[in-house]
Amino acid sequence: MKGTNLGEYEELVLLTVAALGTEAYSVAICDELEKYTERSAKLGVVHAVLNRLEEKGLLKSHLGEATATRGGKRKRYYEVTQAGKLALTKTRQVRETLWQLIKGFNLEGSI
Amino acid sequence: MNKLNKATSGAIPPRWAQNLLHWYCRTDLVEDLEGDLNEYFERNLKTHGTRWAKIIYCLDVVKFCRPYTIRKPDFFNLFIHYLMLNSYLKTTRRNLVRNKLFSVINIIGLAVSMSVGLLVIAFIHDLRSYDEFHADKENIYRIITHYTSADQPTVDLASTSVKVGQQIGKTTSAIKHLTILRSGFWGDAIVGSVTLPMGAMWADSSFFNVFTFPLLKGNPATALKDPYSLVLTPKMAEKLFGEADPMGKLVRFDTTYYKVTGITSPIPKLSHLQFDALVSFASIERNHPSKDAAFYSWGNIWQNYVYMVLNPDITPTYVQTTLDHLNVTENKQLINQKISVSLQPLKQIALGPMLQNSIGPHISPVVVWVLSGFALVVILSACFNYTNLSIARSLRRSREVGVRKLIGAMKSHVVGQFLIESTMISLLAFAFAFILFYFLQKQFLDLDPFISNLVSLEFSPKLLVYFLLFSVGMGIAAGLFPALFFSAINPVQVLKGASGWTLFRHVNLRKALILIQYTLSLIFITTTLVGYKQYQGFITLDLGFTTENILNIRMQGNKAALLEKELREIPEVKAISKSMMITSLGSAHGSSVKYKDTQDSSMTWLNMVDEQYLLLHDHHLIAGKNFTPKANTAQESEIIVNEQLLRRFNISPNNPAKAIGEWLVVENKKLAIVGVVKDFHYGTVMNTLAPVMFRYSADGQNGYLNVKITSTDLSATMAHIKNAWQKIDKVHPLEAEFYDDQIKKAYRQFSVMIRVIGFITFLSVCIASLGLLGMVVFTTETRLKEISIRKVLGASEAGLMYQMGKSFLFLLLLASLIALPVTYFFFDSVVLIHFAYHSPIGWMEMASGVVAVILLALGLISSQTFIAARINPAQVLKGE
Repeated sequence: MKGTNLGEYEELVLLTVAALGTEAYSVAICDELEKYTERSAKLGVVHAVLNRLEEKGLLKSHLGEATATRGGKRKRYYEVTQAGKLALTKTRQVRETLWQLIKGFNLEGSI
Repeated sequence: MNKLNKATSGAIPPRWAQNLLHWYCRTDLVEDLEGDLNEYFERNLKTHGTRWAKIIYCLDVVKFCRPYTIRKPDFFNLFIHYLMLNSYLKTTRRNLVRNKLFSVINIIGLAVSMSVGLLVIAFIHDLRSYDEFHADKENIYRIITHYTSADQPTVDLASTSVKVGQQIGKTTSAIKHLTILRSGFWGDAIVGSVTLPMGAMWADSSFFNVFTFPLLKGNPATALKDPYSLVLTPKMAEKLFGEADPMGKLVRFDTTYYKVTGITSPIPKLSHLQFDALVSFASIERNHPSKDAAFYSWGNIWQNYVYMVLNPDITPTYVQTTLDHLNVTENKQLINQKISVSLQPLKQIALGPMLQNSIGPHISPVVVWVLSGFALVVILSACFNYTNLSIARSLRRSREVGVRKLIGAMKSHVVGQFLIESTMISLLAFAFAFILFYFLQKQFLDLDPFISNLVSLEFSPKLLVYFLLFSVGMGIAAGLFPALFFSAINPVQVLKGASGWTLFRHVNLRKALILIQYTLSLIFITTTLVGYKQYQGFITLDLGFTTENILNIRMQGNKAALLEKELREIPEVKAISKSMMITSLGSAHGSSVKYKDTQDSSMTWLNMVDEQYLLLHDHHLIAGKNFTPKANTAQESEIIVNEQLLRRFNISPNNPAKAIGEWLVVENKKLAIVGVVKDFHYGTVMNTLAPVMFRYSADGQNGYLNVKITSTDLSATMAHIKNAWQKIDKVHPLEAEFYDDQIKKAYRQFSVMIRVIGFITFLSVCIASLGLLGMVVFTTETRLKEISIRKVLGASEAGLMYQMGKSFLFLLLLASLIALPVTYFFFDSVVLIHFAYHSPIGWMEMASGVVAVILLALGLISSQTFIAARINPAQVLKGE
């Protein structure tokens, strides 16, 4: 199933949504991504990824309450679905398995 | 940081970018997206400042335009429109009937302006259909010539040399067919007892390969092959031969016989090539054998026309390179001159750049643009009326829209409804406009023979399609703003019963539209009046000689002495003189003149006259004497010049008497100055005074007789003159015109222009007045209660009228403050700089138009406000 595989950026976004818990909406996700990956996260790109993940069924969203900020516009909060959680776990497992196959890995040589 | 905050606290994202987002973005995404953008915008305000924040916002809006955010076209909406059509039509009808005054104003305004638009469309359509009937129309090109020489202004010619036609035909394979034409065949065609003056063109044998003029009789391949072949149009053939078959018959011109080898079908009106007959080019080649270097020279560019059909796969630039090459090699042999030839597509001949020596009807695109501009102004004015009145009446309609919206109509439904409504009204107006168009069309064609030659404005189904498209477009243009206005209505606010809010919204817009209408109307009316005054100045300009009661008779090759003898017997004829040409009408003859310095020659305007001419025209001799009468055969020896010529050659310009007896060299003849005349206008008002010379010629055969007449019964005198003419020439009709009429004719284009602008002025003033009337009626109606209360509290009627009319009055004054300087500037630095002599722009004609328009508007305003002010307040307030 090619469609359910996670791309690198998709994985990052999905993880961020999970990390933010109930506060995961587009701008916060961007900020969080920028903070941890130390690369700039463009709103347009992130939004497109969120939309794609929702289409794949890995995320679900609902509109929050209107507040005085953002010109009175409501925020769309994202939440990782069960399928999303499974996908994340699966990716992590693949990585872990691969990591365990490497013998005597250390960073000393490259420094 | 704090400072930045303060400055930017009120900043909002650009409205257009928000609207763009709302327009393209899916409705389920748009709120969240906009919120995100707002959040970033506020952040950017703090870090980058207002400017950058706005720029980034716009960029982001554009960036968000991705496949997944774009709204899908909503077919359901269209379906609803279809279902609601009946309801829309019904409301339209009800509204038309409910507000009769407004409906009439709208329909009249739209119909009148639309008829002008229809006329312009028909005009442009005709111009664009020129030469459409040629089979190879896409690939036909004409060779045109750009001529520069040392002592003359450069000219662009439609004509070219025979040589270039022959050369280019040989050197490139890109040309499918090529034909050479030559204008200037003129003579009396004689068949038996019939004599008919006839003009024709020489054309070579491939003429019918290039152009599609089907032959009714004769073979197109051979008709123009042999020398002395003649192809006639059916009209000419009938005049010469009557019912008989002309094929193979002989037609005599002077001493030469031409054989009729073909009859064309009638020449279409929309063809730039118009001819009565074609003569084979071989005939003229017979007269100019190949030894005749001048005829076939590169420099003989004045009478020949070269047309060609290019092979379909060849671009004109390819042929142009060959022509450029030819230009370079041939120009090497010319001294002080340069001739460069280039290609002109067939489509640009009738409607394209102005060329000298052009054949057939032609109009410059500028004229078409100006006409379209006028029509557009009038049309916009009518659309403004519609917009203004619709929005002014918005109170009642906005309730309707509110209810529609509550029931579930979307913005696009409301927009659709109002556009359909305005289109319906516009189509209604079209019915009237169509009738007006028929009337206008005749008027327009009668305006000037030039126009009726140029176009026929005939109606065709294709034209009807354009007309309908145009009226639908006009309906949409008129209804667009009201539609957007009504669609933005908030139903809750409207239905809550608050009445005031829509009434006085967009007051500034309404005022601006009235201001524009009146400014344009005032500009038009002052332009007409100032232009008319200038035109009057042109035709009554003191030319430096008299033109009163002088009848100019074109001699058409007859012996002047014979006619003179006949005319002398008519008692009303007081004096007769002869001249080669008539001055001050725009045409000019010139010759090169030298004084003592043989290197210094000057092009000098010239007229050949007899000894009576200066007396008859009251030319003022400031030194010397008139010509001494001489026989035709005698050696020419005398010349009379004007002051400008003395100045040009510095022959004692301050004391003309001393110039008498000096010698000038003209065409290798030594001529003595015998007299000096005061400067006069040889050209039109567009030309400055220039050196002019009179030379002596008592011949007059190819020129004119100038006949001074003092008559109380003009028609009787003219009949006598006609009789006298018929005694000496039975073939050609008399061509006689009064000098003053000829001058009027020379400035004909200006009189046509003034009449066109005058008509547009009339329309635009009418439409603007109608609009104003509508607005005044509306304002007084809505303020009736206020007026009544004011009256009860003791306001006078005059005070009330002033109270109601002052805002309109202010608009009118503002309009004239804009219009007057604009018009003055337009004439002072755009129009009148082309005229060397013109009367100053008078404040009288500037002001009178403005005063007239303002008085009319005041009349409208006061009549309505007067009614309102006179009303019994008790009646109005009783209902409360």
